[in-house]
Amino acid sequence: MANIDSGFLQIGRMDTLAQGKTWLHRLDPRAKLIAVSVFIVTVVSFDKYTLSALIPFFVFPAILVGAGGLPVRFLMARVLMVAPFAFFIGIFNPLLDRQTFFQMGTIAVSGGWISFGSIMIRFVLTITTVLALIALSGFNGVCLAMEKLGAPKPFVVQLLFLYRYLFVLTDEAIRMVRARSLRAFHSKTMGIKTFASLVGHLLLRALDRAQRIHLAMCCRGFDGRVPMIKPMGLDWKAVAFTVGWCGLFILLRFYNLPLKLGALVTGWVG
Amino acid sequence: MSHHIVETQDLHYTYPDGTMGLCGVSFRITHGESVALVGANGAGKSTLLLHLNGFLTATQGGLRIGDYPLTAKNVKAVRRSVGMVFQDPDDQLFMPTVFDDVAFGPLNLGLPEEEVERRVMSALEIVGVPHLKKRAPYKLSGGEKRSVAIASVLSMAPDILVMDEPTSNLDPRSRSRLIQLLKSFEHTKIIATHDLDMALDVCQRTIVLHQGLITADGPTLALFQDEQLLARSGLEKPLRMQGCPVCGEWKERDHGGYRKGAEAGEA
Amino acid sequence: MHMADALVSPAVGGLMWAVSAGLIGYSSKKIKEESDDRKIPLMGVMGAFVFATQMINFTIPATGSSGHLGGGMVLAILLGPHAAFLTMVSVLMVQAMFFADGGLLALGCNVFNLGFFPCFIAYPLIYRKIVGNQASRGRMVTAALIAAVMGLQMGAFSVVLQTVCSGITELPFAPFMLLMQPIHLAIGIVEGLATAALILFIWKARPEIMLAAAEKRPLGKISITKVALGILATTLVTGGLLSWFASSKPDGLEWAMFNTAGLEELHNRDQALHAFLDDLQGKTAILPDYGFKSTAEAPKNEESPNWPAVDPATSLAGLVGGVLTLLASIIIGLALRRRKTQELE
Repeated sequence: MANIDSGFLQIGRMDTLAQGKTWLHRLDPRAKLIAVSVFIVTVVSFDKYTLSALIPFFVFPAILVGAGGLPVRFLMARVLMVAPFAFFIGIFNPLLDRQTFFQMGTIAVSGGWISFGSIMIRFVLTITTVLALIALSGFNGVCLAMEKLGAPKPFVVQLLFLYRYLFVLTDEAIRMVRARSLRAFHSKTMGIKTFASLVGHLLLRALDRAQRIHLAMCCRGFDGRVPMIKPMGLDWKAVAFTVGWCGLFILLRFYNLPLKLGALVTGWVG
Repeated sequence: MSHHIVETQDLHYTYPDGTMGLCGVSFRITHGESVALVGANGAGKSTLLLHLNGFLTATQGGLRIGDYPLTAKNVKAVRRSVGMVFQDPDDQLFMPTVFDDVAFGPLNLGLPEEEVERRVMSALEIVGVPHLKKRAPYKLSGGEKRSVAIASVLSMAPDILVMDEPTSNLDPRSRSRLIQLLKSFEHTKIIATHDLDMALDVCQRTIVLHQGLITADGPTLALFQDEQLLARSGLEKPLRMQGCPVCGEWKERDHGGYRKGAEAGEA
Repeated sequence: MHMADALVSPAVGGLMWAVSAGLIGYSSKKIKEESDDRKIPLMGVMGAFVFATQMINFTIPATGSSGHLGGGMVLAILLGPHAAFLTMVSVLMVQAMFFADGGLLALGCNVFNLGFFPCFIAYPLIYRKIVGNQASRGRMVTAALIAAVMGLQMGAFSVVLQTVCSGITELPFAPFMLLMQPIHLAIGIVEGLATAALILFIWKARPEIMLAAAEKRPLGKISITKVALGILATTLVTGGLLSWFASSKPDGLEWAMFNTAGLEELHNRDQALHAFLDDLQGKTAILPDYGFKSTAEAPKNEESPNWPAVDPATSLAGLVGGVLTLLASIIIGLALRRRKTQELE
């Protein structure tokens, strides 16, 4: 997990990005959520030795990032942060699967390397789209979309609460960690005793806060239900977005575009 | 109509761990009054406020809000007429956007959507922040948060406003803007505060609490001039009534000046 | 350890999503039934607490390295299994979305591994059994330690199963398990120590919280058999469905698509398309026939004869085409960005 300061900045940054004003930001979050979900399922449904057929899928994150005006460098840094996990699991493939997959001149490429490459491509594709989804819809947008798509209300409401108090509590935690490190000159990380006491105080404060929030809710007539006005109609733009992208994904799933294109080019040249 | 009355009679409250919160508090606040509740830390201000919306129930003594004594049965109706503004706006602003938050109360009252929308916008306009309606509460400045917190209570059209430290953590300009706002409200107001200068501006009457007891109840200015009383209750004179640290000139001139201003303001 | 989208096959991911969605629905229903309206803000704030806490590292005693709290067990102890499960799901969701920990498809797996086991197995069957009726400090600490370790062991085992069943990596079952279990024993002990230390702190500072948490909710209400049966049923149904269409058709997704669409004309047209695609696939090297590797036990050597003979020309075509498409994607993205910045100016 990230260091607490950078983690906090990260969420804040993503949240700021979600305030953007592009047409992608304004699009119904349901459309984006569905398109991203179909995208992910399609991408991971490929056989493990698939490389070239995955490439056209980059068009989706590329358009999301491009048209949504999202910072490429920031997103890439996020992807690199989590890359080691997929890398370490994937790197076993070239070691364990040494069957020659294809021969290119004198170089024999083993199936393991192909599947490793495939893992890494899937990884980049799925991670960038999910990050783009949040940066374009905001967490609250995604939550509301989920509720509209049938997720249980208590679950969604506490999710909204979590996101709301994430900022408050992380900020509290940062102040405590900072106050500790200012007085701990030698040790970078804290011992478990300090940890328990620091986190314990944070927990007590969190519990008290939850009680005050509940009181504040009761003062305004809360009776177990959280009402919300959500004008979320069906508009043709959102429908077109969803249908268009999902159609393209499914088409690309069965039609290896790069191969056709490559054959055309190499055939031409040769 | 006398339904804005707040009356306590010999209110006692002991916390579950045995700490004495209140030891016999009696007062009566009538329609349109603006009352400051002052006292040192731990004097019982917050405990008293928590009684006013039925969150705590007195171990002894009674409380009347409007025409009825506060009981478990009518606690909902009481909460509707008593608008409570919490000390930490983060506790009060729990919804994803400012609009949702201000709409929370009216929606719980079961009002139709158009009415809710109308109330939300008018509440936001009263506190001067209609432009914030789509923002997320955690993105607001301290002053904005406070304004929205007040709007979230105003949208329920309460008769009585109860506030806990409304001026804490505000920068000077936000603070004076808030004071102007509070002065413009015609609600019955009960304000617990350490900011005695604000109390001087906003409240004609002050109740001084000390260790769970009322040590004084009277016109704000008169009480704040009583240095002995303030010292006994762990308080100090409002800064404005203390000397100027640069020119050393104070007391008489300053007081006189203030008194004139206060009288002019009241007239 | 978080599962990642890249390592999960749609069959496994979908199955775990179905199970997790069922558990979310079940827990939400329970929460509604409890009708304790303090729970909703409490869950949210506790989720935020766990999230914030996960970013605070501490030194692991007797080693130089550092660890952090996972939080599943702390949540279960303070909130009870249903609320804790929902809260854990939320924490994992935020991590998946903001920190790209895991991913959306793998979220189902992660929820199951890190939410289900601590909340619905380790807490009721281990923690509560050890604490028993008379909550004492020693019992609570021991229980927290053991339950946290066991919860993570189960989670780690589940990660191994999911990874191997997905068949994306070559990691064979036994060595992978032998790698994962000890690592997670260490992680589990750290988690257990941190949980126990936290419980101890709360016990000292505000014993009433711990006592209330230990007393309230007669746990009989969370019927483990019901949950287990529900999961079993979901697994059988989803798994059966998936494996059936995985075996009867070369491609599960294809099958699902054609069948759910259900339109005759679509079907007919698609048959033509399908024939064309089959033809195309036959020629391709990099896209061999889609084989659902549904069982982990299948020796991997069996797969090799299935590989079609490789024509270097096609491989070259795949490579060239791949590079071209990638470039095209990037150019589209850049063009859109350029246009946008111009509009702004």
